[in-house]
Amino acid sequence: MTTIRHPRVGVLALQGDVSEHLVALEEVGAEATTVKTRAELEAVDGLVIPGGESTTVIKLLERFDLAPLIKERVADGMPLWGTCMGLIVVARAVAELPEQPTLALLDVSVRRNAFGRQIASGEVELEIAEFGARPFPAIFIRAPWIEESGPQVRILAQLDGHGVLVQQGRILGSSFHPELSPDRRLHEYFIDIVRDAAAIGKLARPA
Amino acid sequence: MKTGTLTVKRGLAQMLKGGVIMDVVTPEHAVIAQEAGAVAVMALERIPADIRAAGGVARMSDLELVQRIMDAVTIPVMAKVRIGHFAEAQALQELGIDFIDESEVLTPADDRYHVAKAGFKVPFVCGARDLGEALRRIAEGASMIRSKGEAGSGNIVEAVRHMRAIKDSIAELTAVPKEELVSRARDLGAPLELVQEVAQLGKLPVVLFCAGGVSTPADASLMMQLGAEGIFVGSGIFKSSNPRAFAKAIVDATTHFNDPNVIVSASKSLSGTAMEGIDVRKLAPSEMLASRGN
Repeated sequence: MTTIRHPRVGVLALQGDVSEHLVALEEVGAEATTVKTRAELEAVDGLVIPGGESTTVIKLLERFDLAPLIKERVADGMPLWGTCMGLIVVARAVAELPEQPTLALLDVSVRRNAFGRQIASGEVELEIAEFGARPFPAIFIRAPWIEESGPQVRILAQLDGHGVLVQQGRILGSSFHPELSPDRRLHEYFIDIVRDAAAIGKLARPA
Repeated sequence: MKTGTLTVKRGLAQMLKGGVIMDVVTPEHAVIAQEAGAVAVMALERIPADIRAAGGVARMSDLELVQRIMDAVTIPVMAKVRIGHFAEAQALQELGIDFIDESEVLTPADDRYHVAKAGFKVPFVCGARDLGEALRRIAEGASMIRSKGEAGSGNIVEAVRHMRAIKDSIAELTAVPKEELVSRARDLGAPLELVQEVAQLGKLPVVLFCAGGVSTPADASLMMQLGAEGIFVGSGIFKSSNPRAFAKAIVDATTHFNDPNVIVSASKSLSGTAMEGIDVRKLAPSEMLASRGN
């Protein structure tokens, strides 16, 4: 199988901590780029939806007509990772606000600001079985947690009995902000998903 | 969970990047702002243009009103305290506010010292006219910096002056040999460690927003292109003739600040007039809000 060493990974740049993800993705070998338009979205092998305000970004995704194309590309196999706000945006539903529209790509229901307002935001050493004994420095800022998830969803890490890191096929969701800590293991984990998907995509495409 | 850390306080400001923070005086305003796509609201009793018109002493807002605004929206809520008034800040932290603005728009409580912000769990944003002022505020514990501009003036000229002053001084620090940094720190009136950090990073160690005088979509685009990482709009929305349209248009222009096409559509969508402006050169020195604080 051909491996793609430097896959093109986009960071949705409508609002949020975009530059922090760009830096982290470059560090793990991606060619990182911002995505604000449909044309930019067409050109990437994987997409990260960063931290920010979910209420704002969900409106902007509709306003600038990006939501249908993200769904289409993910249905075609594009890897997707939502961090904090991004997890809310990709979730099937928001538990405390069922009328809130979302992209509904990850079969989980999330509770927003689950830990409380900003003064409850904090840092914790999180155990992630996938990464072995060394805990992951997880930074939670007005963070959501997973309230309930479907059978296809693997819970990779929990805090206080709630999922905070989940995977469903090529879709990854985290309540916390790996882009704010120097630990790059989760960005590496995502980039491996993107590399695999891109390699399979290259084979599948007619010559 | 370790709460109130530097990372978590600066982190909330990072999550607001690329967004618009709007001044609101009622829960209904707050909902309009959230609907338009604001990333946060600033809960106030009066917007700066009215504070300016009314004169007298402007203090922290009624906490009952702040609470009602917090209950009305899901986005973060900020509120202002007078410069140096740490007791107002303690009360807001107790209330559970998400961010405190130690603001020159209110009448200063201390004419020499600002709040020792590092000791609080809640993050602070402070205004600055130049790099030295920005770094002094960061040294005190500010997690976010904004230009001061001239609040309530509807005039962007002061915000442009402050943003250019900050960006120019940062560019200069990255270019000078490191033996100059001690003298530069003395000239800036800022701690050497922060001056060295800025010289190395080529940016402030915290997020930098624009505030003071933004009243149109083009103003927002201008400030983002000058290097602001987001926008505060005070009087520009609720002093315009069509707040819903202005709020949405300023959000669109901030998101797509580098696409003149979007600025055209945003400007055409206004169906109303921007707030009246003031020529800041005609303000007496005592009427200039930006000169409050040091």
